[in-house]
Amino acid sequence: MFVNQFLFLAAILFCIGVYGVIARKNAVLMLMAIELILNSVNINLLTFALRNGSTDGHVFALYIIAVAAAEVGVGLGLVLLVYRNKKTISLDDLSEMRG
Amino acid sequence: MNLFASESEVLAPLMSGWFLEHAWLIPVVPAIAFALIILVGKRLPMKGSELGVLSMFSSLVLAAGAGYQWIQRTNSATEEQFVEPVIKSWSWWQSGGFNFGIGQHIDGLSVLVLIVVAFISTLVQIYSLEYLRGDRRYTHFFAALTLFSGGMLTMVLADNMILFLLGWEIMGLCSFMLIGHWWEDDANSKAALKAFFTVRTGDAGLLVGITMLYFSANDWTQEHLGVSGFSIRGISAWALSGEPNSTVITIAAVALFIACIGKSGQFPLHTWLPDAMAGPTPVSSLLHSSTMVVAGVYLVARLYPVFFVGLDILGSGGNLIMVIGAITIVISAALAFVQNDIKRVLAYSTVSQLGYMMLGLGAGAWMPAVFHIFTHAFFKACLFLGAGSISHSASHHSFDMKRDMGGLRKVMPITFVTWIISTLALCGVFPFSGFFSKDEIIDNVGHNGYTNFMIIGLIGAFMTAAYMTRATYLTFFGEPRGASAGQMVHDSHDLHDTHATHDTHATHVADDSHDSGEAHGPHESGLLITVPLMILSVLALGSGFLNATPFGESWERMKLWVEPRHSEFAPELHHAPFMWSKASLSLVIVFAGIAVSWLISSRLFTKRDPRLVGLTQRVKLLGLGHKFLVNKYYLDALYEKVIVRSIAYPIASAAYWFNQNILDGILHGLANSTRKLSGWVYKNIDQRVVDGTVNNSATFTKSVGAAAQPTQSGKVSQYGALLFSAAAVAALVLVIINT
Amino acid sequence: MIAQNIGFWIIAIVMIVAALRVVTTNNVVHAALWLVVVLAGAAAQYILLAAEFVAVTQVLVYIGAVMVLFLFGTMLTRARIGTESDLNNSYKKLGIPVGLVMFVAMGLALISSFGDEKLPQTATVVSTQEISDQIFGPYLLPFWALSVVLLAAVVGAIVLARKD
Repeated sequence: MFVNQFLFLAAILFCIGVYGVIARKNAVLMLMAIELILNSVNINLLTFALRNGSTDGHVFALYIIAVAAAEVGVGLGLVLLVYRNKKTISLDDLSEMRG
Repeated sequence: MNLFASESEVLAPLMSGWFLEHAWLIPVVPAIAFALIILVGKRLPMKGSELGVLSMFSSLVLAAGAGYQWIQRTNSATEEQFVEPVIKSWSWWQSGGFNFGIGQHIDGLSVLVLIVVAFISTLVQIYSLEYLRGDRRYTHFFAALTLFSGGMLTMVLADNMILFLLGWEIMGLCSFMLIGHWWEDDANSKAALKAFFTVRTGDAGLLVGITMLYFSANDWTQEHLGVSGFSIRGISAWALSGEPNSTVITIAAVALFIACIGKSGQFPLHTWLPDAMAGPTPVSSLLHSSTMVVAGVYLVARLYPVFFVGLDILGSGGNLIMVIGAITIVISAALAFVQNDIKRVLAYSTVSQLGYMMLGLGAGAWMPAVFHIFTHAFFKACLFLGAGSISHSASHHSFDMKRDMGGLRKVMPITFVTWIISTLALCGVFPFSGFFSKDEIIDNVGHNGYTNFMIIGLIGAFMTAAYMTRATYLTFFGEPRGASAGQMVHDSHDLHDTHATHDTHATHVADDSHDSGEAHGPHESGLLITVPLMILSVLALGSGFLNATPFGESWERMKLWVEPRHSEFAPELHHAPFMWSKASLSLVIVFAGIAVSWLISSRLFTKRDPRLVGLTQRVKLLGLGHKFLVNKYYLDALYEKVIVRSIAYPIASAAYWFNQNILDGILHGLANSTRKLSGWVYKNIDQRVVDGTVNNSATFTKSVGAAAQPTQSGKVSQYGALLFSAAAVAALVLVIINT
Repeated sequence: MIAQNIGFWIIAIVMIVAALRVVTTNNVVHAALWLVVVLAGAAAQYILLAAEFVAVTQVLVYIGAVMVLFLFGTMLTRARIGTESDLNNSYKKLGIPVGLVMFVAMGLALISSFGDEKLPQTATVVSTQEISDQIFGPYLLPFWALSVVLLAAVVGAIVLARKD
């Protein structure tokens, strides 16, 4: 197996995730796209861990999973709050920051 | 937290013992006591003070045990053998490749300072039982005092620089809390802040120094000793190995020395020490005798190889440590002459004595300087506690020598005798302890070839004798004045320690009206105050005999116990042979100082000799010098008005000035000249060319703004899109450049 | 090795297709289910990369917990489940070039730095014990920090979602 085949898979997933973050209007779907990005990073970490024969990558992959869980928890809490106040979770309608 | 002992360095033939192996308990006890005092202190019968005293006493017992066993250990070694320090270290925490240790480094130096610190702290705590009775923050005072001692003890037995830094900073924090103990008074909280920030200025150097030493020494120490680059032993060995780059070690040594300047009140950062007198007297005593200010000197003595190599000690010409020490000796001794506050005289005397220690360390006189730490702690603590005793019992909580003291030798015999003993020790009179340490420093400085610095040391000795005689005269001789004469009319609000015993003071006054007048006048202090004074004065008299060079080699026990010999971790130093001719020269100088000062003082303060009274008003040069000293060389003014302001206000004021003078000037000038042109221009250029351009550019700006406005839509997705596209383009550029 | 290669390519293609569906489908619940496919595929890839423990954790935490959260979030914020037309915003077209430029940049970098370098053939599976030795040894401090982060997240999520 080549190193690059895993890294390219991760790169493709990352770019799809970036597209999702940009293109999606629904806040929940945007969070899902962010999960795609995080997973591609994990694939990279584990690939390099195998390549270099160390376990550091595993440790950080686990940490990323934990951080992602926390992020989804808080993110969905925010989405719920926004929905309760605005009756919508469309990101286009949340434009209080307009200049 | 893997707390496993990774190293235990005990050679077979050397004796060791429980106290040496468990010396790390010494700072742990006060730390636990601190937590207990904070948590449950207020509910205890003595408001937590018993915990403080008890913990310091236990630390003292542990330290004394360690000292005894250390002496046995040195005795068990042969003359040619290096006495290994008792080093223990554990992993405290680690992250990635960094491993931060915690542990003890017990050798002669640390045992000596441990005993001194624990001893003085115990006495000061006993003294505070009486001195602060009835204070509104009694419990917190003892908590902070205990933690303060704990910080110093941690620092002293630290085996690595991180732990050292921890103890150092704990002390900085506690000194802030203690100096500002009566923070309701604006002056006190300002003094606390000043102490904190001044020391902090120096602490930056400590951080820089530790970091530099770690990154330059770590590889070498890991390879040769198997310890990290924070280890004090590792750094010492590395510094002497000839390995280090001379620039790196010089910069590191200078950075560390800046920290010592701040902590030990050396010139030019000495200004915080006299202001630190705002704290309660026991704090001043502890701060100035054995903890805090000694920390800087201790750092130099501890990492002596780094300074030895980095600053070229024993090289030809002076080095930074000697120069700073010498300047400090003279300028602070001069300042002590113009102080009326007895504690301030003592504060400047401390600064000056610390200058001696630095001078000794800088000149390669390691052993005399360390011995001076030892003796100085006793007599300086005794002097401060004596000053506190006077203000507590005789001068109505005033420290003003000229206004509220005088003639106290009859009413306070114990305080008087202990004060005299300590003063003689401070002046360096044979056979008091100061003679054996200070004279040794001066002697060794001369012996190592620094004649100029030796002369400065002798001048300092003369000045020390003179200002201490002046203070003694004002306090104990002559006619009683002010409060010590029984007058209680003046308003003492602007004086120190007014809050100290406000409540008890009120009851005193109430008692006074019933008693027959004599009861409330100046009187001797209670046993809790005089007993510590007596113990300290005995030590001020006798501690010098532990290293009495005049009596031959067999009397130099301290040298045997403390000085590392035949070690790869300490530079080889030589000692000046003792000669009575040199010693008598310095004794003559000291006595001359005492005599001159006595004559002037008695003429000036008692007989009001018209030739002397008001001399500073009459002779202009003297007046100027006096004013210069009273204003402390204007250093405070320099720091506050010039340096702080130049950081606080500079941009605003500079901008304002620039705006007012330059821009306005240019604009006015331009306006005038333009007005003449404008008539012509208006007709020809303005109407035709410019108007068109302006209108066009306005339209252009408007359209650009309109075009850019959508980018500030407030929509998250759009911001994300811009962010990612910018990142993508930047990444592409980077990739193309790098491939 | 060939079996592993075949496995990799099958899973990789499934993952890419599923990931594309996640970001293009018009049904929120479908998107969540496609995400499950991607996450499961990622777990399989972890096993190919000799990371058993991480793979199992991925299944437990992501597919078990995070996906449930997503489904709850979907249901709580939008009562009706079904196709919606307005899931994408007007910048949809900007996303495609950005993603492509990023992919080109990463692809160039990857090809130039790793070329046809191969992964070690004799990779032994990293045991859970080794990972725990690392976590509770040199990386203890990040672990502690992470615990605090999780605690803060729990408290924060409760505070945010509370009705009052």
